Amino acid sequence: MPTRSINPFATTSPSSSPSLDAINEKREQPRRTSFTKGNKFTSLFGGGSPKSRDAAALRDALVAQQQALLNSPSPQQLNLAPISLPSISLTTATGEKMPAEPKTLFQPPSQEDARRLARAHAQFGPLGSQSHRCVSQFPGGEFAEPVEDEPPYYYLITTYISYLILIVFGHVRDFFGKRFRRQHYSHLEERDGYAPLNSDFDNFYTRRLKIRINDCFSRPTTGVPGRFITLLDRKSDDGNNTFKMLGTTTETLNMSSYNYLGFAQSEGPCADAAEAVIRKYGVTMASPRSDVGTSDLSVEVEELVASFVGKPASMVFSMGFVTNATTFPTLVGKGCLMISDELNHSSIRFGSRLSGAMIEMFKHNDMRDLERKLREAISQGQPRTHRPWKKILVAVEGLYSMEGTMCNLPALVELKKKYKFNLYVDEAHSVGALGPNGRGVCDYFGIDPSEVDILMGTFTKSFGANGGYIAAEKSIIDKLRVQNAGMLFAESPTPPVLVQIASALRLITGDLNPGQGEERLQRLAFNSRYLRLGLKRLGFIVYGHDDSPIIPLLLYNPAKMPAFSHEMLKRKISVVVVGYPATPLVSSRARFCVSAAHTKDDLDRMLAACDEAGDLLQLKFSSGVAGGAEPEEFSLEEKDSGLRERKAVKPPRWRLEDVLKRGVEDVQGVLC
Amino acid sequence: MDFNGAQGTVVRLFNDANAQFHKMPGSAIILRYIKSSYQDDPVRSAIELFLFLFAVRYLLAPTYSTQKKVALTEEEIDELVDDWTPEPLVAAQTPFEELENEKRPVIVGPTGPKSKLSNGRTVTNLASYNFYNFVANETLKEKAIQTLRTYGVGPCGPPGFYGTQDVHIKTEADVAAALGTPACIIYAQSFSTISSVIPSFSKRGDIIVADKAVNFSVRKGIQISRSTVRWYEHNDMEDLERVLQKVVKEQAKKPLTRRFIITEGLFENIGDVVDLPKLVELKLRYKFRLILDETWSYGVLGRTGGGVTEAQNVDGTEVDMIIGSLSGPLCAAGGFCAGNEEVVEHQRISSASYTYSAALPALLSTTASETIAMLQEQPEIMATLRENIKSMRAQLDPRSDWVKCTSVADNPIMLLVLKPEVVVSKNLSLHDQHQLFQDVMDECLANGVMITRLKSMPTGLGVHPRDQGWQPTPALKVCVTTGLTKKETEKAGIVIRHAITKIVSRRR
Repeated sequence: MPTRSINPFATTSPSSSPSLDAINEKREQPRRTSFTKGNKFTSLFGGGSPKSRDAAALRDALVAQQQALLNSPSPQQLNLAPISLPSISLTTATGEKMPAEPKTLFQPPSQEDARRLARAHAQFGPLGSQSHRCVSQFPGGEFAEPVEDEPPYYYLITTYISYLILIVFGHVRDFFGKRFRRQHYSHLEERDGYAPLNSDFDNFYTRRLKIRINDCFSRPTTGVPGRFITLLDRKSDDGNNTFKMLGTTTETLNMSSYNYLGFAQSEGPCADAAEAVIRKYGVTMASPRSDVGTSDLSVEVEELVASFVGKPASMVFSMGFVTNATTFPTLVGKGCLMISDELNHSSIRFGSRLSGAMIEMFKHNDMRDLERKLREAISQGQPRTHRPWKKILVAVEGLYSMEGTMCNLPALVELKKKYKFNLYVDEAHSVGALGPNGRGVCDYFGIDPSEVDILMGTFTKSFGANGGYIAAEKSIIDKLRVQNAGMLFAESPTPPVLVQIASALRLITGDLNPGQGEERLQRLAFNSRYLRLGLKRLGFIVYGHDDSPIIPLLLYNPAKMPAFSHEMLKRKISVVVVGYPATPLVSSRARFCVSAAHTKDDLDRMLAACDEAGDLLQLKFSSGVAGGAEPEEFSLEEKDSGLRERKAVKPPRWRLEDVLKRGVEDVQGVLC
Repeated sequence: MDFNGAQGTVVRLFNDANAQFHKMPGSAIILRYIKSSYQDDPVRSAIELFLFLFAVRYLLAPTYSTQKKVALTEEEIDELVDDWTPEPLVAAQTPFEELENEKRPVIVGPTGPKSKLSNGRTVTNLASYNFYNFVANETLKEKAIQTLRTYGVGPCGPPGFYGTQDVHIKTEADVAAALGTPACIIYAQSFSTISSVIPSFSKRGDIIVADKAVNFSVRKGIQISRSTVRWYEHNDMEDLERVLQKVVKEQAKKPLTRRFIITEGLFENIGDVVDLPKLVELKLRYKFRLILDETWSYGVLGRTGGGVTEAQNVDGTEVDMIIGSLSGPLCAAGGFCAGNEEVVEHQRISSASYTYSAALPALLSTTASETIAMLQEQPEIMATLRENIKSMRAQLDPRSDWVKCTSVADNPIMLLVLKPEVVVSKNLSLHDQHQLFQDVMDECLANGVMITRLKSMPTGLGVHPRDQGWQPTPALKVCVTTGLTKKETEKAGIVIRHAITKIVSRRR
């Protein structure tokens, strides 16, 4: 285990290259060759995968690139090199600078350069091949709900039994514990005339179930949560009650952060801009927006955001949660109805509860249920008085963070025309992550943003910053500016955060380093589809729509949550596992968040790890109804797509090699 | 199929079913029971059968709502849908709101004692909470840049899912050490901290006793907790005791529930300070827990900026939850809640704005750690600030005929309200006072001094004016900073005083 001191301000790079880790790691699983990262410099030139088919093309490309370098050493110029060259990765995204004047065809990088490059690549992987790009766009037609596969009943039953056992054991332990180890339970009892802070009943789940897997949550990290994330190692000697820091770190592949476009970087244009602004502005505005916290930067970001999402005006907040929590009370109130998707984020619930409006829920993404609710609400009016509702606000999320599903925006817009309600779309996860231009669900479906009344989003995810925004008509924003409590009382977004947002937006739109934003968007789309398809073919049940960068992999049995998390950590991959109460009781899951910073090799490594863990933990439940057809069927199907309908679905259990071989080509079409 | 065949099938089926029934464990008992009960009394069997069927029907019946619904045909519903015209999503702006939007200053470049506005003028800034001028501090900037270069900007995830960074753990430890509490938790934004802390502990059925003048976020926290709330007169410890007594008496026969007293250290809306020793005495006597919002006092009061606990010599552990801000005087961002381990660990899983929101950017976290250290190491900057406050106060409070300062002597945020006799003699409504202060602000700005005013708390839509509750008295807000010398502060004070005199005296 590599031991490094944890000093956040150390000038040397805290991240060693993954290949080094692989050598040092004693417990390392035997890996496929493509796992080892090899020479960082070769991977810069697109050599990441040794299996790359176009080695000859690569050599040509290398020559051409060196020629281009000789002609014009500026890295900016490189973007303009003909894109017809098949496999050059001119990843400006990593913010690295090319060596200034290469004198020979191949120049080994100096040690310092190599280290810097390795560090940059640990935050944002280089693009392996131009074929590893894809456009995130709705193909048209009816927007169908993704098919939700179900595991054999055996797993459902054992899941229930597992919970039963856990609960029974919990109660047995409580029974004896309360009698023989009183001091451990004193916080749940009345003490000296004070009622306990947590009730015994509410605390049971945390005390008896969650604590068993506490080591999978809140793992402390250090450094940039980019392509790799560095975890601080810790261990617990008392059943996860307390953790001891070991003082060592582990660099893991980051499948957990919401770093969709890979803007979590400590180098590159965003960080440079942030540094410059800290020097000029300091780190804070030290005042709420409505007092004197509005800086030229906030105005600039508001204009950028508005034009990015396609609305006339916008306003920014310093926290995404508060954006929702303070906006709903300014939009709806007494006499208004809010209809909210049942899986909406906690902040929407928080805001709607504060507003005092009547709240109805509809089944997740079920447009028929929504229509039924709307018809009833409009025809019946307010309860008891039967007066018509003042207004009806339907709140949905663009991309649901636990399910990986998108809202059915085309159907919502249709309904909106008929029923005249107001539509609020929370794009916390979808902005930047969806659509050919990264502008969220409207962009993805090709719907005019003016069809949606309020577009809300956060900067935490795709933009690698912090805070949230609301975009709407100018009259709405102007009114919100004077009424929104987040504007009146909350601190304003800080200058470094604002420029991070501004530079990220400029990169995405192509105003800054043209081509880089597009590369990020297309890599994200490719990566999302590639991993999803691979997992389906390996035989896993995954939820969500094809283009969603959030991929939940279903685990079902509660004990598989920590097991999966540990298996992945052994293979140096950090994943998020979630179970009840964040999900329904049976469908515990692992959630992968794909990033543009990942390379195809990373995803191959991920697939291999999942393959091994899947065999070990019996996670390959898929029955084939949700896609992932077998290789031989596939070739048949290509000849006659109608054939598949008539054939009984076979559970897909591809071999890893086949998945990796076919993945890149098959990603471009409909995932099946 | 002929009749005999059909009959044969039926008989066979019946025999099969009969055999199956007999195979079932316990079937013999049922059979015997039915037979014997029938022999005794066929009526009884009939009633039992009826009851059994009724129970089945009752259990299978769909749940029904007690609300009366009007039965409508599809066509009628369509008609109603066509007829329905909703109100616009937001109402039109009032002229005063338009003015407010128009006049909101935009600072170009850094905020500081002298700030440049978008209209090109450079003015003396007495409106930001930049009390110690940490914004311009080069050491802090260097530290922030170092962190930026190690961590990037955002942590890209909630604390539970790989968003907890070592710098957050360090800041938590720093705050806890500064306050003398066993543990601390930091939030990504100060404004939402207390709104989230309150509902994570106080639930439906619990009792909250709160000061009438608490700020907006405390109110929202109380609202969302759905607890029973009792208000006491602002800073009136006798009234508090009366309310506590009443609560204890009322609840004597009921099962024990959690009880909280919620108040602020320095009041955002009034500027005065709480009497903490008395409060702690009362809370101990009546067995309430104390939630203290130190958003405006942490970093301001006390010898090293440790807040009310330090200023009034109360041990940090005496207060159950201390909520504070890292964004105001400390010039970073985020908020914190300090308390014992139980209090803190509970929030990590049940406090909405911690669990469901991204963590604080690392560079802001390290800045907070740095400023806390600076305040502790250089208490002299606090002394400078207090000097400035004194000179500013001397220009305004005793010398002005029109306004008085409601803030305590150590509070760098000076809230100036119109004297009651002025309000009475000029017959000023709340709205008039806001308008008047807006004019004073404009006048000051014209003379090169930027100040701001206390914003009234927004009431919910559709809330009847009688239910809107306590509203702060309109006030001017003057924030003193060490970035200005004593002389500059005095000069700015004179400008403000003259502006007030000019505007208020003009008003009939």
